[in-house]
Amino acid sequence: MKFNIKVWRQAGPNAKGGFKSYAVDGILPEMSLLEMLDVLNEQLTKQGEEPVAFDSDCREGICGTCGLVVNGMAHGSRLKCTTCELRMRHFEDGATVTIEPFRAKSFPIIKDLVVDRSAFDRIIAAGGYISVNAGSAPDANAVLVPKDIAEKAMDSAACIGCGACVAACPNASASLFVSAKITQFALLPQGQAERERRALRMVEQMDKEGFGNCSNHAECEAACPKGISIGNIATMRREYMRAAARYEERAEAAGAG
Amino acid sequence: MSKPCFVKSTIGRKVIAAISGIALMLFIVVHLGGNLTMLVPDNGATFNAYAHKLHSLGPLLWVARAGLLIFFLGHVITAIGVRLDEKRARPVGYAITASKGGPSKQTWSSRSMLITGLIILLFVPFHIWMFTLNQGADHARIVQHGVEMKDVYLSVVRGFSNPVKAWAYVAVMALLGFHLRHGFWSAFQSLGALSPKCAPVAYTAGLIFALLMAVGFLILPLYILYFGPDPETLRVAMN
Ligand code: HEM
Ligand code: SF4
Ligand code: FES
Repeated sequence: MKFNIKVWRQAGPNAKGGFKSYAVDGILPEMSLLEMLDVLNEQLTKQGEEPVAFDSDCREGICGTCGLVVNGMAHGSRLKCTTCELRMRHFEDGATVTIEPFRAKSFPIIKDLVVDRSAFDRIIAAGGYISVNAGSAPDANAVLVPKDIAEKAMDSAACIGCGACVAACPNASASLFVSAKITQFALLPQGQAERERRALRMVEQMDKEGFGNCSNHAECEAACPKGISIGNIATMRREYMRAAARYEERAEAAGAG
Repeated sequence: MSKPCFVKSTIGRKVIAAISGIALMLFIVVHLGGNLTMLVPDNGATFNAYAHKLHSLGPLLWVARAGLLIFFLGHVITAIGVRLDEKRARPVGYAITASKGGPSKQTWSSRSMLITGLIILLFVPFHIWMFTLNQGADHARIVQHGVEMKDVYLSVVRGFSNPVKAWAYVAVMALLGFHLRHGFWSAFQSLGALSPKCAPVAYTAGLIFALLMAVGFLILPLYILYFGPDPETLRVAMN
């Protein structure tokens, strides 16, 4: 297969970027979009041109490292699919494929298609954890969790932190990512101690990082490779209201940090 | 660590936009109910009686008006704030944007909330001038069942017999419909009231609600323009 690749090139965080078009040939339909970029990069290296920088790690849809906006859609046009799982057979032979980095003020570009998603790490550090006693491993079934609750928590825990929800959101909101973590822990007995504190601090950090507000477009759910539901965002809002109401009594008492 | 400010938080602002939005929706339902009495073929007697009842509430009416103003301003300020975030949070946009479909609820309605909202904002003072303030200056009055009252029906008929005004109303009411198409379900989602199971129900209910409101409101100017009485002869014939 042949493609015309129109890709965003930017030498560094403060450099002025722009689109460049490259022709690639000999692409197999079963190659992923990232493998297609590998082919392009080999070609560029041979020509003595700087290869296109992009992120990837597992290349099997589980790590959340990859993430590109392909033809205007985060992770491309397929539902529940990461960029590394997107196959070239889903594109028309000879088509122009436009590839852009995730765009948000809170995800500054490092180079070409690589963005800095450390804002997510700071949000997790603000409250996306539970406190446990270090030392000997606790007995696996010491805390019982009903099956349906465990399943729901697992659905939320499926988030791989890729940031596609931010990229796809017209407002660049991080609500889906943040709500998945808040919901996961709010459901589980292990998450109760820091429940209010977590909701308040994670939302506070999300706002501080400069992500936009949520207008309920639900585009994030469509972009999410793990199909995280916006039901999580509804839960996050309930959790936040509950935490704001109870703050005085509990928030600081729980979890000394 | 200090207590975060609920009203300043993204979630708090959405909650205010939603509560005020629901209050405004309740208001327009009542407003529409009252307006539809104009369709009773009695030369506006039912409608005038309804308007007279409202006016005779006296201080209560002013309390209701003040409440409405507060909700309206609260809605405008928080909702505009939400949308201004858009530009701030993504200063450099995409060359191409497309919706992925599937569970996405991104529509022309959802994308245009600010524009449809701003048009309603411009419309409201015009509307109040046309039927409340200027009506007073008009001094059109009528005696019904021995009670003297404002002849609001006559001023509505006068207003809507002008095709430009009638069609402008129709256009604004259609845009209100688009605002509600996304706004209705969005408000409940903003309050955290929707589980993944009831979200589709609320979304469909939003479409029905939006259609009912838009059609209900825009039918009146059209009805009066094309099938209504002539404002010049309406009261002459009666006297
Ligand atoms: C009859 C008048 C109005 C009604 C019934 C109404 C209703 C609603 C409702 C129910 C929502 C959803 C709230 C949420 O998602 O939390 C909404 C959103 C919105 N409204 Fe209104 N509204 C009205 C007037 C206005 C006006 C005058 C403006 C002025 C700018 C406005 C601007 C907006 C905006 C920008 C949003 C979207 C907020 C967001 O993205 O989250 N609305 N409206
Ligand atoms: S919620 Fe989905 S799209 Fe957002 S970071 Fe997690 S996996 Fe990625
Ligand atoms: S590279 Fe790990 S999810 Fe794509």
